[in-house]
Amino acid sequence: MSTLTQPPKSDRPFAPGRGPRPAPGRSPRRRLATLEITASLVVAVGVATTANALGISGAIAIVAIGYAAFVAVVALIELTGTGARAGRVRARGRAARRTGEMHVDLTLEEHRPARVETRFAQPEAPALHTVPPPDDLPDVPIRRRKVGPDQVVEAGVAALAAAGVAEVVRVALHMQSLVGLTIWWYVAFIAIYFLLTRDHADAEAALDRIVTVLVWSVGILLIAVLAWLVTTVVTKGLPQLSWGFLTHDLAKTGPLDKGGGAVHAIIGTFEQVGIATLIVVPLGILTAVYLHEIRGRIAAPIRFIVDAMSGLPSIVAGLLIYTVWVSGHGFSGAAGSAALVVLMLPTMTRATEEILRTVPDTLREGALALGAPQWRLVQSVVLPTALAGIVTASLLAVARAIGETAPMLLTAFGADATNLNPMSGPQGDLPLFVYKLLFLPNKTQIDRAWTGALVLVLLVLILFVSARLVARRGLKRIGGTR
Amino acid sequence: MTTGDGALGTTDVADVPTTPEFHPTTGDRVFRTVATAAASVSLVIVGATLWFLVDKSRPAFKASGVWNFFTTSAWNPGVGRFGVLGLLYGTMIVATIAMVVAVPLGVAMALFINEYAPARLRAPLTTVIDLLAALPSLIFGMWGLFLLKRHLVPVSRFLSHHLSVLPFLKLDSSDALVGSSFVAGVVVALMITPIITSVSRDVMAQVPREQCEGALALGGTRWGMIRDVVLPYARGGIVGSALLGFGRALGETIAVALLIVPQVQVNTHVLKGGASSIAAWIAIHFGEANSLERSGLVGAGLALFLLTLVVNLVARVIVRRSAV
Repeated sequence: MSTLTQPPKSDRPFAPGRGPRPAPGRSPRRRLATLEITASLVVAVGVATTANALGISGAIAIVAIGYAAFVAVVALIELTGTGARAGRVRARGRAARRTGEMHVDLTLEEHRPARVETRFAQPEAPALHTVPPPDDLPDVPIRRRKVGPDQVVEAGVAALAAAGVAEVVRVALHMQSLVGLTIWWYVAFIAIYFLLTRDHADAEAALDRIVTVLVWSVGILLIAVLAWLVTTVVTKGLPQLSWGFLTHDLAKTGPLDKGGGAVHAIIGTFEQVGIATLIVVPLGILTAVYLHEIRGRIAAPIRFIVDAMSGLPSIVAGLLIYTVWVSGHGFSGAAGSAALVVLMLPTMTRATEEILRTVPDTLREGALALGAPQWRLVQSVVLPTALAGIVTASLLAVARAIGETAPMLLTAFGADATNLNPMSGPQGDLPLFVYKLLFLPNKTQIDRAWTGALVLVLLVLILFVSARLVARRGLKRIGGTR
Repeated sequence: MTTGDGALGTTDVADVPTTPEFHPTTGDRVFRTVATAAASVSLVIVGATLWFLVDKSRPAFKASGVWNFFTTSAWNPGVGRFGVLGLLYGTMIVATIAMVVAVPLGVAMALFINEYAPARLRAPLTTVIDLLAALPSLIFGMWGLFLLKRHLVPVSRFLSHHLSVLPFLKLDSSDALVGSSFVAGVVVALMITPIITSVSRDVMAQVPREQCEGALALGGTRWGMIRDVVLPYARGGIVGSALLGFGRALGETIAVALLIVPQVQVNTHVLKGGASSIAAWIAIHFGEANSLERSGLVGAGLALFLLTLVVNLVARVIVRRSAV
C-alpha cells in the first residue's frame, strides 16, 4: 500500500493532522460571521470599559466609543481578507484539491500559500460540497511555513479581544494584580485565537497554531527565567569577587567586616571532590566493565542495585556516612568524600556502561581472534576506544558532586578556618559556605554567599565546558566507527 | 543440554559474538575477581544503608513505637515522640507540585528546541539546558529565596481567588503566602525542568526524520506530526525523564529547606505557609539535635529512602511498559 511498513499500533488510522471534515449543509459563512462578531463585541466592550476607567463618563459617549470599536474591528477583519471571503476561498481551494488538483496545488502552496489559494477564487468556481469529496484521497489541511498577514491580523484581534476580557475581569472582579490580569489575558487570548483560526482554516490548523503559541511561550518564558537566574548570580556575586576572596578565609572576619573570603571552602571542596573522584572513577569503570564485558552471575542484581542507588536522595547518603563513620569518629572532609562516592558511583557506572555499549563488537572480536585474553582486550582495546566518553562522564559526575550541599552538612560539617587535613576535623566546603551564610541576617554575609555561589557556578561551567571539548575530540577520533 | 565447557554447545548461539566461552588465564582470573569485587561495592553500600539506618534509628523507634513512627505526625524529642506521616505527606506534595509544573514545561521546552526554535539556535539552546541541568540545586534555592519567592505571591493569590472550589487551594485572607508547598514546589520544578528537557530532548532527537517528513508530506500539521510521530516514539524517554525528575524532587533538600516554613503536621492547603519535606527537615534540625533526636532524624531518612526505593521500582516497571 505504502512505504510505511510499521503503522502505529493505535486503533486510529495513520493520518497525522487530519481534521474533521466540515459538516455538510452548515454554511461556513454563518459560523465565521458569528465568531467574528463575538470577538469584535468583546473588543468593543473592552474598549468601552477602558474608556470608562480613563474618566470618560456618560452612557451615550461610552456606547458610541464601543460601537466605533466594534465597527473598526469588523472592518479590519473584512478588509484584510481574513474574514468570510478568505475562508470561503480557502474552502474552495480545499474542495478543488480533493477533486484531483492536489499535486499542483501542494507544490505551489509550499512557496506562496496565500496567492495560490486566491487563484481558485473565480466567481464561477463550484460551490462548496457540490462535488462530494472522494473517499480515497487524503484530506489535506493547509499548512503554512511563514506567518502571513492574515495570521497577524487574527493574532492581533485575538490579543485585543483578550485584553477586553482582562479589562472586564478587572472591572467586574475588582482585580488589581498585574500577574492575575496577565494570566486572564493569556488564557482568553488562547481561547479566542483558537476559535478565530478554527473558523478561518479548520480545527486541526487552529490546534496547530495554538500549540505553536504555547510552545513558543514556554520557550521564551523559560529562557527568560533561567537567564534571570544566571544574571542574578553574576550581578550579585561579581562585585565582591576579588583576589582577596580567593585567598582569605573567614576565621578572623567578624560578621560585619569587609574582606574575608572562601579559600578554606575552595580548598575543602577540591580535597573532598578530588578524593571522591579518585575512588569513584576506577570503581565505576570496573563496575561497568563487570556489567558489560564480563557479564558475570551477579550482573542482574548489580544493575538493579545501581539503578536503585541512582535514585538515592543525597541527604540519605549523608545520613549513611554519618551513622557508619561520623557518629563514632567525628566530622571530617574524608567523610564528605565518602558521601560523594555513594552519590557519584551510580552515575559514573551507568554513564560508563552506556559508553562501553558504543564500542563496536568488531573490535572485540578482532582482539579475541588474535588470541588476546579478556583483560588485555579490555585494557588495550575497549577502554582506549571509550576513553573520551569516560573522561566526559567523569567530568560531568564531578560537576554534579561539586554542588552537593545536603550530605556535606552531616559529614564535613563546614568550618570558618582553613583545615588542610581532610582526615580529621570539620572542613569547609563551597556549597556549605554559601548555605550557612544565607541564614545570617546581614548584607555583607549574604553578599559573600552570592560570591561563593558565583565561584561554584564558574567551577561547574569550567567542568562542563571541558567535558564538552573532550567529548567533541572523542567524537572526531572514533567518528569512523560510529 | 550439557552446559559444561561446551563452547560449541547448542544453548546460546546468539551470545557467541560478545561473550564467548573463555579458557581464562591467570590474568583473566585476577581481572574478573577485581571487577566482581568492585561491582559488589554497590551491593555493600545499599545493604549498609539499610542496615545502619535501621540500626541507628532504633532508639527513636523504641521511644515512640515503630507503628506510631510511620503513622502519626509529631516531633517532640523532649518526650521521645516521633511521627513522620506529615513529613512524608509533605515530601510527596512538594514533589507532585514540582511534577505538575515541570513535566509540561520540560516537554514543551524540548519540543521548542527540537521542532520550533530556529535551526541556528538549536545547538546553543541544547548546551545551555544541559548546563542548567548540571547547576547545583543550592543556586536555584537561593535565587528562589531572594528573588522568585515574592513574585509567586500574586500567583498564589490568583490561584486561591479563582480556584478556591478546589479545597486544597483555599485560603483565608489572613494566611501567609510564603513558605508554602507551592512556592517550594515551583522552585524545585524550575530545578528539574532542565533535567526533564535535557533527557526528553535527547530521545526526541532520535525520532527517525523520514517518519516526521512522511507525516508532513501526508499533509499533517506540525502539531499533528508531533502528536502522532514524535510523542509516541519518545514516550518511553519522556516517562523516564519525568520519573528521574520525580526522584530528584523527592530527595531535594537545600532548595526546599531554604524556602519552606517547616512544620510537622499535615498541611492540606498547598498555598498556605507551612510545609514539610523529610530531606529539608533533616537538614534544618540536624545541627542542634541531641542523640535521641538524631536517631529520629535517621529514622526519617530511612522513611525517605524506602519511599524513593518504592518510587524507583514503580518507575522501572512503568518505563519498561511504556518503552514497548
